[in-house]
Amino acid sequence: MTSPAREYTSVVRVSGPLMVVSGVGDAAYGEVVEVRLPDGEKRLGQVLESRTDIAVIQVFGGTQDLDTDITSVRFTGEPLRMVVSPEILGRIFDGSAAPADGGGAVIPGKIMDISGSPINPTARAFPEDCIETGISAIDGMNTLVRGQKLPIFSGAGLPHSSLAAQIARQARVLRDHEEFAIVFGAMGITNEEARFFLNEFEETGALGHAVVFINRADDPAIERIITPRLALTAAEYLAFDLGMHVLVILQDITAYCEALREVSAARDEVPARRGYPGYMYTDLASIFERAGRIHGRNGSITQLPIISMPDDDITHPVPDLTGYITEGQIVLSRDLHRKGIYPPIDVLPSLSRLMSGGIGEGKTREDHGGVSDQLYAAYAKGRRLESLVTVIGEEGLSESDRRYLEFAARFETTFTGQGAAGGRTVDETLDAAWDLLRLFPAEDLNRIDTALIEKYLRRESP
Amino acid sequence: MRGALMYELVHAGTDALIGEIIGLAKDVATIQVYEDTTGIAPGEPVERTGAPLSVELGPGLLGTVYDGIQRPLEVIRNEMGDFIIRGASLPALDREKKYAFTPVAEPDEKAVPGTVIGTVSEGRFVHRILVPHGIEGAFTSVAGTGKYSITDEIAGVLTAGGNEVPVTMIRRWPVRVARPFAEKLKPEDPLITGQRIIDSFFPIVKGGTAAVPGPFGAGKTVVQHQLAKWSDADIIVYVGCGERGNELADVLRQFPALTDPRSGTPLMDRTVLIGNTSNMPVAAREASVYTGITIAEYYRDMGYDVALMADSTSRWAEAMREISGRLEEMPGEHGYPAYLASRLAGFYERAGKVRVRGPSGSKGSVSVIGAVSPPGGDFSEPVTQNTLRVVRVFWALDADLAHARHFPAINWLSSYSLYPDDVQEWWRDHVGEEWSAMRRTMLTILQKESELEEIVHLVGQDVLPEDDKLSLHVAEIIRESFLIQSAFDSVDTFCPPEKQYHMMRLITDYAGYGKEAIGKGKSVADIASLPVANRLARLGSVANDTFTEYFEETEREMASAFGQNTGGRT
Ligand SMILES: Nc1ncnc2c1ncn2[C@@H]1O[C@H](COP(=O)(O)OP(=O)(O)O)[C@@H](O)[C@H]1O
Ligand SMILES: [Mg+2]
Repeated sequence: MTSPAREYTSVVRVSGPLMVVSGVGDAAYGEVVEVRLPDGEKRLGQVLESRTDIAVIQVFGGTQDLDTDITSVRFTGEPLRMVVSPEILGRIFDGSAAPADGGGAVIPGKIMDISGSPINPTARAFPEDCIETGISAIDGMNTLVRGQKLPIFSGAGLPHSSLAAQIARQARVLRDHEEFAIVFGAMGITNEEARFFLNEFEETGALGHAVVFINRADDPAIERIITPRLALTAAEYLAFDLGMHVLVILQDITAYCEALREVSAARDEVPARRGYPGYMYTDLASIFERAGRIHGRNGSITQLPIISMPDDDITHPVPDLTGYITEGQIVLSRDLHRKGIYPPIDVLPSLSRLMSGGIGEGKTREDHGGVSDQLYAAYAKGRRLESLVTVIGEEGLSESDRRYLEFAARFETTFTGQGAAGGRTVDETLDAAWDLLRLFPAEDLNRIDTALIEKYLRRESP
Repeated sequence: MRGALMYELVHAGTDALIGEIIGLAKDVATIQVYEDTTGIAPGEPVERTGAPLSVELGPGLLGTVYDGIQRPLEVIRNEMGDFIIRGASLPALDREKKYAFTPVAEPDEKAVPGTVIGTVSEGRFVHRILVPHGIEGAFTSVAGTGKYSITDEIAGVLTAGGNEVPVTMIRRWPVRVARPFAEKLKPEDPLITGQRIIDSFFPIVKGGTAAVPGPFGAGKTVVQHQLAKWSDADIIVYVGCGERGNELADVLRQFPALTDPRSGTPLMDRTVLIGNTSNMPVAAREASVYTGITIAEYYRDMGYDVALMADSTSRWAEAMREISGRLEEMPGEHGYPAYLASRLAGFYERAGKVRVRGPSGSKGSVSVIGAVSPPGGDFSEPVTQNTLRVVRVFWALDADLAHARHFPAINWLSSYSLYPDDVQEWWRDHVGEEWSAMRRTMLTILQKESELEEIVHLVGQDVLPEDDKLSLHVAEIIRESFLIQSAFDSVDTFCPPEKQYHMMRLITDYAGYGKEAIGKGKSVADIASLPVANRLARLGSVANDTFTEYFEETEREMASAFGQNTGGRT
């Protein structure tokens, strides 16, 4: 984009988050505009559609108080860009990257297009360094690796924020112990949630190696379209220019998608499911695929997006499309939460697609894969029997079946429900698993190698 | 843009981004651009090329990674860095590389499309250079043995019209047009995949079509990867259509390191990868499946069995929807264009076993396996439904199985294959007589299990008669030791047909013995507590080169445990 800046006052229509400017013959698709309101306030916008006579613009600051007489629009000739430098660490910005911590503007080190560019698939280094989060349901059965995108699927009132904060606090790469830089991008979170994270970062000293972007629930909704892109641009700079390992927390992707839906509806586009635009998969991919590692570069981007499932419905388009893009998902369960289990992770629908490359001999422990599969099989069976028992009662069960029932209950309270304080090492997690598996006769452990059963089953946990 | 042609390739804007004309109205052409269009403004130039979107065909395709419009991603990375910058225009095939050419045809010989001019070797493959479509006449010259680049003239043909046409090793073919062949043949050889539930229960044939629908995380990609790794096709074309970058990185990490069990060479040597990931431009995603299948047909025409995996065809359909939406076409179901069904059918129709054109009379095949990603895991949606109408094998992935880590999570009750009758002869000739019978026995037991489960859910297992309990017991063995097959187990990731057959035999024999024992008054509890029952639990992980011994011993033990002294079935 090379055209010089041009200014127009020919706003002909304002509708929802969009405005239409006439007489602009050469607006470039994606070009940034500066909208000046009658009272002098400036807002950021971007060209969504350009024809020979009109340009359609989405206004990130919202369209309230815009008029068609005085409001002027300056076409900058630039794509959406952001200033980055090592100084961004420790800073707090609003959802459009304006300083929100009373500090000054960032002194430019580098200017980056916030849309990023796709990583060439042949340049990607496959993620395989296990991150120990200290949380058994994750480390033991849904292992996170460096460079992975692993969302938390949650629901209103569930403790996803504490879980994300706990992971940010505890996450260490096994054997490496290097700390993560943290990028936090908040879209539409409440003041209370924002305060929670800021306090958390301050108390743990994480703020010094964190970059925070916050769009609050009462900030302009359309701004949420750029907030995650700002956060990821900062992350890419830290990871691929400065060589840092970056953990990106994005909360809440559902609020982001609602903003997308709003723009799409204003453009009268044909929706796919539940009013969300047909291109939402592609759009979400342009965010989530910005996680990863690159051959020959030191840094990495690990993403931990938080998705609140409307009505706890995992088939809702936002979690559904997310699950199709991300490398697994950690699913929180209202039932477990009600039972007082923390973290209330339901392992059955949870998945880490990159687990198998990050575990096993030389990485975590030789028994890790088998133990995980066995826990899954046994817990799934226990849960099936639980629903059976509600119909036929426990009397109808064989002795073996009863063991599975007992296993499922103990699994929830001791393995998943480890409590909020501190974490377990991967070894401790696997030992805790063996403690549970001892409920079963060795023949039942058909997902684990016999030699490993021999070795671990009889060993008392330290 | 008067005079422009539908589906013509153009260069759009000052950066000359590659695009394709997808709509014409008077003098306005609608162009889908295969790259990010940020920064393009009205008034920028559009340059026509006069040709439709085409791929380059010739030696050098194998082992290469392309984007959806066949730009070589490794070359792009070397030239432009780790991130994809738009506007790249690089040839798909290396122009410099020299290939050792051996002539087959001779001057004055007749030249028709499909006539083999000569061969070059592409890794371990004989790459046959054929007379291209549209050229008929007689050879005036054929190059001698020697090293040639793909743009060197290797033959001359004097056509009936009296033109002398120079022929090189490179061909161009418009991706949306199926390459011609002499005749479609009935496929009858199984495409052996080494996956038990596929080969033994729901087989696919060389030249067949299959769909793998399932919700996210159910195992579509792993199935596709397993087939790309272990199936006994000659050539694999893997299309990563709108899916994850790391999944391609995974292929690129594993395939060069894994050896093809049949040839002993790296798997990558027989593979062409098309990678247009979810964050790469949507229009190129739409084109990627066509790019893939055209390359597949090209190798088919040399007489090879090619298998194409497309992961995921839903992303392709969505790309169609996105483009159709931009064209403001009348939307059909779920916003998909009305031509969704015909495009899907047209794509799968390009699969098949054929007799190729030309005097060689060779046979080749393209098998197509498409992953389908239904929103919310709901199979009633248009892409799944329209796909099921045209494919002959349906591997239905099931979220509950995946949650319990029963992999591959192919549901044995809802999946089907229309090919078992076609392949039973192959099994009889190559492996053993009883494949069909054992397959039916096992499927019947599993069917029985599901019926019994409804009763168990109401009243518990205790009330069932012993023979029903036996069905439940055997069904569990079938599920746990035959159907579960971990892709990550170094042995069990690939199960040769002989081993599959032998496993079926052990399990069906066990069922047979069990039934007799019950007839003699034994209980299922007695049977299940026999040590031999345990031996059946880990058959999959018995080494592929020594399983015969172990299995025969198990067979003997079973016979004696059930109080008989003869091996085999009764
Ligand atoms: N055959 C298999 N063996 C072992 N694990 C499997 C198998 N199939 C799937 N999985 C597990 O399920 C996960 C999801 O599978 P994947 O093929 O990526 O799902 P989908 O493509 O349907 O979203 C994988 O990462 C792997 O952990
Ligand atoms: Mg997949």
